[in-house]
Amino acid sequence: MSASTYWQQTRRLTLTVILAWVAVTFGLGWFSDELNRFAFLGFPLGFYMAAQGTLLVYLVMIAIYNHRMRKIEEESGIDD
Amino acid sequence: MAATAGSALKRYYLLYSGGFLLFVAALAVLEQHGMPPRWIGYSFLTFTITMYAAIGIMSRTSDVSEFYVAGRRVPAFFNGMATGADWMSAASFIGLAGTLYLSGFQGLAFVIGWTGGFVLVAVLLAPYLRRFGEYTIPDFLSARYGGTAIRLVAVGAAILASFIYVVAQIYGVGVITSRFVGLQFEIGVFVGLAGILVCSFLGGMRAVTWTQVAQYVILIVAYVTPVAILSWNVTGNPLPQIAYGEVLGEVGRLEARLFNSPAEAAARELYRERADDYARKIMQLPQSLTQEREDLTARINELKAGDAAMKEIVALERQRRDLPLDTEQARQRWEAAMFAAAARATPPVPHAAAFPGAEPEASWKQRVNFLALIFCLTIGTAALPHVLMRYYTTPGVRAARESVLWSLLFILLLYVTAPAYAVFAKHEVFANLVGIPIAKLPGWVAAWSKVGLVGIEDINRDGILQLAELTLNPDVIVLATPEIAGMPYVVSGLVAAGGLAAALSTADGLLLTITSALSHDVYYRVFRPRSSTQLRLVISKSMLLLVAVSAATVAAQKPGTILSMVAWAFSIAGSAFFPALVLGIFWRRATRQGALAGMLVGVAVAVYYIFRLEFDSIPWLGISGLRMEPWFSIHSNSAGVFGVSAGFATMVAVSLLTRAPAAEVERFLDRIRHTRTRRSAG
Repeated sequence: MSASTYWQQTRRLTLTVILAWVAVTFGLGWFSDELNRFAFLGFPLGFYMAAQGTLLVYLVMIAIYNHRMRKIEEESGIDD
Repeated sequence: MAATAGSALKRYYLLYSGGFLLFVAALAVLEQHGMPPRWIGYSFLTFTITMYAAIGIMSRTSDVSEFYVAGRRVPAFFNGMATGADWMSAASFIGLAGTLYLSGFQGLAFVIGWTGGFVLVAVLLAPYLRRFGEYTIPDFLSARYGGTAIRLVAVGAAILASFIYVVAQIYGVGVITSRFVGLQFEIGVFVGLAGILVCSFLGGMRAVTWTQVAQYVILIVAYVTPVAILSWNVTGNPLPQIAYGEVLGEVGRLEARLFNSPAEAAARELYRERADDYARKIMQLPQSLTQEREDLTARINELKAGDAAMKEIVALERQRRDLPLDTEQARQRWEAAMFAAAARATPPVPHAAAFPGAEPEASWKQRVNFLALIFCLTIGTAALPHVLMRYYTTPGVRAARESVLWSLLFILLLYVTAPAYAVFAKHEVFANLVGIPIAKLPGWVAAWSKVGLVGIEDINRDGILQLAELTLNPDVIVLATPEIAGMPYVVSGLVAAGGLAAALSTADGLLLTITSALSHDVYYRVFRPRSSTQLRLVISKSMLLLVAVSAATVAAQKPGTILSMVAWAFSIAGSAFFPALVLGIFWRRATRQGALAGMLVGVAVAVYYIFRLEFDSIPWLGISGLRMEPWFSIHSNSAGVFGVSAGFATMVAVSLLTRAPAAEVERFLDRIRHTRTRRSAG
């Protein structure tokens, strides 16, 4: 795989993560009041997402990004 | 080799953590045998600071790369821990739970904002900064865009944002030492300063990193322990992060009963009247002030003519002496009193309710401000130089990415616990304070009202505490939880040690950022590029001393607006750095002129917005009537919304209008993006 495909793939992955991040942060944030009508683990859902859920999603996002990047770098023989 | 070094490190820190727990256990036993609280406070202070000093001395260095970036040998796991301590400041440790107590759902913007930024750091910045591999953020901007001007602008912004922040940390150290150890505030500030200096002065980034790891261990143990015990007491579940859902439901039921009770409504009505009273007095200035003084004089004379008790006359005379001196002072004081009374007169909001409001407009305002604050805090997180610098210290790019994941994990542990603190405290207040005769309140209320963190005013004179009559300073939630749960003093000492660790670790990182900006970026890069490494370190260390002492001097003045100033630091850092860094990496066409203009306009817009909302006049310039209506009803804490947008827009526009960057920039981008591998793979 050539160096420019490496960058293309990195860029596409970055864009995906950022879009997901915006959707979770601001999309879910905007509808917190509506989400509060549902319950989750005894919490109102909107409150739960803002206090814990969103944070865990962030963690998963970075983990997926790191995993995908490692794959991409293995394929293009980059190791730094 | 790296693996053995890593496991040796793990062994050291396991030993250290075990040692710390043994120390706490020993103190607990000693307390049972009658060790006085003051000595427990001293023991915590001496033990922890000695530990930090020992680590600092063991990692002393006179090597430039060790001093600025810890030799780039910090494993991802430990860099994550160090970043966690670097990131979580006195504000997170002490203030956040209280903010969540006071503002309920709305306060969760801090929780999301202070963690969400790490996603941006992970995918947009950390890997590229590490691949670039120099020492500071101004280094990066100057290499990408070329020239000295951009370096100096970056240095200015970094110092502006970091200095405000470091003053707040040292102030926090003063508060903790004075409250728990009984030192005088100013002495506490300088004790803290000594604690900060032993690490950063001797060993720079290397010493700071290894002490921050040690500080993280203490701060997280200290934060989680009291609320876990409280959770066990209240719910029988020692995991507060899970158990508080149930308690939140209980709080909701108590709220439904309390908020509309007749006694609460009556107390709120009295505060409404008081607020109206102040409003009337402000309207009638200056006559109302003269009137007030004349009334008091008349009453004093009347008492003096009769045979009233001397004490009463003295009290009235003091009241007259304390009256505002002039119209301006009267307006300021009465406005503050009016807002305070009006705040108590408004019906409280249920803890879990998102964007409550009687009319759609009020609700919309809250929603917009919630999202705007999240935006500013995330962008600010991804732009504060003292955090970004940490990602230069890992052994490689992959380790840099992994260490962001560890950072977020370690930070998350505190941020998912903070809302639990708030809910447990609220449960305690609603279930065990409100509705109780004031004479029979639990001991911790009296103890903390003595230092002014808890206020009780029986406005309706029924001898019973109403919710509206209680004021809590945000700091008290974390500080008083051990007492609320009836724990021994050793737990309070632990909390103090944790708060101290949070403040010291952040101050260390910030001081180092300021120092390297001054010594590396200004002195070495701009003025004396040929100076020897020896001299560079001497300059660094003297700068460090100078900055630390001036920060402590400012903190010892107890500046009042320090907490809002910290929020402004995020907006300023975000507006200055974020567009220039991100476009610099991802947009080939970004030019030097574009970046310069974007940074200057971004900071200018943010500072302008904060100024026009927060200050009405600049007396020494003779300007007044500055205050304006907020744009889209956005609070000054979120000035970064406008600063960052203006920065991006200006940067794109100016870049497109100026000539495309030269071949050098192409090479630079190829290097950090790895678009052209020079050495063969493998």
